[in-house]
Amino acid sequence: MLVFIIKKLANALLVMLTVALLAFLIFRLAGDPVDMMSTEQTTQADKELLREKLGLNDNFLVQYTRFVGNAAQGNFGISYRNGQEVLGLIAERFPATMELVIVATILSLLVGLPLGVLTSIKRGAWYSEILQFGSIIGVSLPSFVVGILLILVFSVSLGVLPAFGRGDVVELGWWSTGFLTRTGLLALILPSISLSLYQVTLVMRLVRAEMLEVMRSDFVKFARARGIPRFRIYFRHALRNCLMPVVTLTAMNIGTLIAFALITETVFQWPGMGMLFIQAVTFVDIPVMAAYLCIVSFIFVFLNTMVDILYAVIDPRLRGAK
Amino acid sequence: MSIQSTPQRPSLIERIRRSDLWWSFSHSVPARFAAVLLTVLVLSAFLAPLIAPQNPYDAMQLDMWKSELPPIWVEGSEWPYILGTDTQARDMLSVMLYGTRTSLLIGLAAVSFSLVIGLSFGLIAGYFGGVVDNLLMRVGDVVLSIPTILIAILVSAIVRQMLPPDLREIGASAVLVLAITLSGWVQYARTVRAQTIVERGKEYVMAARLLRVPPRRIMVKHILPNTLTPVFVAATLSFGMAILTEATLSFLGIGMPPGQPSLGTLIRIGNQYLFSGMWWIVIFPVMQLCLLVISVNLLGDWLRDALNPKLR
Repeated sequence: MLVFIIKKLANALLVMLTVALLAFLIFRLAGDPVDMMSTEQTTQADKELLREKLGLNDNFLVQYTRFVGNAAQGNFGISYRNGQEVLGLIAERFPATMELVIVATILSLLVGLPLGVLTSIKRGAWYSEILQFGSIIGVSLPSFVVGILLILVFSVSLGVLPAFGRGDVVELGWWSTGFLTRTGLLALILPSISLSLYQVTLVMRLVRAEMLEVMRSDFVKFARARGIPRFRIYFRHALRNCLMPVVTLTAMNIGTLIAFALITETVFQWPGMGMLFIQAVTFVDIPVMAAYLCIVSFIFVFLNTMVDILYAVIDPRLRGAK
Repeated sequence: MSIQSTPQRPSLIERIRRSDLWWSFSHSVPARFAAVLLTVLVLSAFLAPLIAPQNPYDAMQLDMWKSELPPIWVEGSEWPYILGTDTQARDMLSVMLYGTRTSLLIGLAAVSFSLVIGLSFGLIAGYFGGVVDNLLMRVGDVVLSIPTILIAILVSAIVRQMLPPDLREIGASAVLVLAITLSGWVQYARTVRAQTIVERGKEYVMAARLLRVPPRRIMVKHILPNTLTPVFVAATLSFGMAILTEATLSFLGIGMPPGQPSLGTLIRIGNQYLFSGMWWIVIFPVMQLCLLVISVNLLGDWLRDALNPKLR
């Protein structure tokens, strides 16, 4: 068991080191930082001095090790654009993105689970067919299109919901929350729906497939023979056995949602990490880009590793694998 | 298998008509609907120079007096601008047909390149195993540990930065193809690798190896054809994904420039006029993109079920 955990952790570490290497390479590929920082008046001697000060004359490996060391301590340098600490910039935007992602995740479970159960037990009914067909459309609609359509309907035509921004936020220490004000909650509605739609269809399709499998199993037949009410069989017996893959999917997809949030954030002008990243991309603000890449990948890898380890704790058969 | 025993080999059309796939196709409403829709979209996009009322790339044909016209059924419209014009006086229908063509070409190129890379890596990793396998699959692990959209954005942003400024407009589509290819090849590599490992142990591969057929020939001529069914399904579905990724990148402003718009660029432009009342600038490209991706995904979905032996 311990060996398995160590192996998984080592693997995760290796992946993170490679991601850090990629982030580090971005700096190299995008041109000479000294040229970006200097103006026409900078003399050659000044440039050399700056180069020495930034440690750009050291060899590749030394620079990379330094980058990883700094990144591990949360030091991602200073933004080229406005000269602020990158970590501070991201920390300021982090709560906005996380609240959006959390609400979208909860929404995907609240809507996806019942719909999945419904389409599996009422197979062939017209509304199940429509939902099944609709789920393909849900997967096909890009999230920015969903956002635009929602804005057109609820903000432009009906004028009932805000189309951009976060509303009023309350500061709780360093975390700023939109959960506590009316405008904050209203502002959350459209972005979280547009972010969660894809996830809803994924959960629904997964639950449907799993339920169809479980409903064929012997224990469900036995429960039926015992005369347990159908509703109870569906939700207490069958659904419980489908929850494992759903939980896995949800946990693993939080990383994906954070990445996809950058599209939603752009559509709704939501002041989160994603918008910071997109602005950084347009201004070629490399430290911010590199930091965002590292942080999102870290969350992604962390969740995946946790799920793998938890699986092994729960199900000993998986410990032998790999 | 011997051709002599059947004097008349059925023609290609006859063989297609008798196949299981055709039977499944002709009995699936969504599949036929999607096929018709996709055919119309693809044909109209590639015939755009012939059927579009205007060439949106040709500034000579743009008449600034005719900008911001509404669609033909709304008051204040003008023939032949059936779907209206945008703020640069481009006919919406024409610019959309050309945009669809751009989106289709980029998607097609990206899927083809990821197929080539993915198939080669998967075959080599699966056939040789050992260190090569380990190395190639670890590379895949890293790619999979970064969300695809993030890879595509980063690649496209950085490669564009590396290009000299006067090449950025022209090279935009190549950059997009590269970005989507690099973010999409891993799934093919994994699929083919898994299948290759299974096939490698079978008798026909043993026989070929005993006959000293060179490994490259075994991989390409013997193993590859047996791994293609799942790859075919994956390719159809990821063609839809590629179109979406391209649209997303263009929407975010790191894809096709406004001068040679794809559907994503058009939606980006339209999004700026969301509150101006000119709904036609954004709605039509949005609808076109959705129809395109939905038809591709419906076909992919049907293909996955039709080729799945478990569901027969």
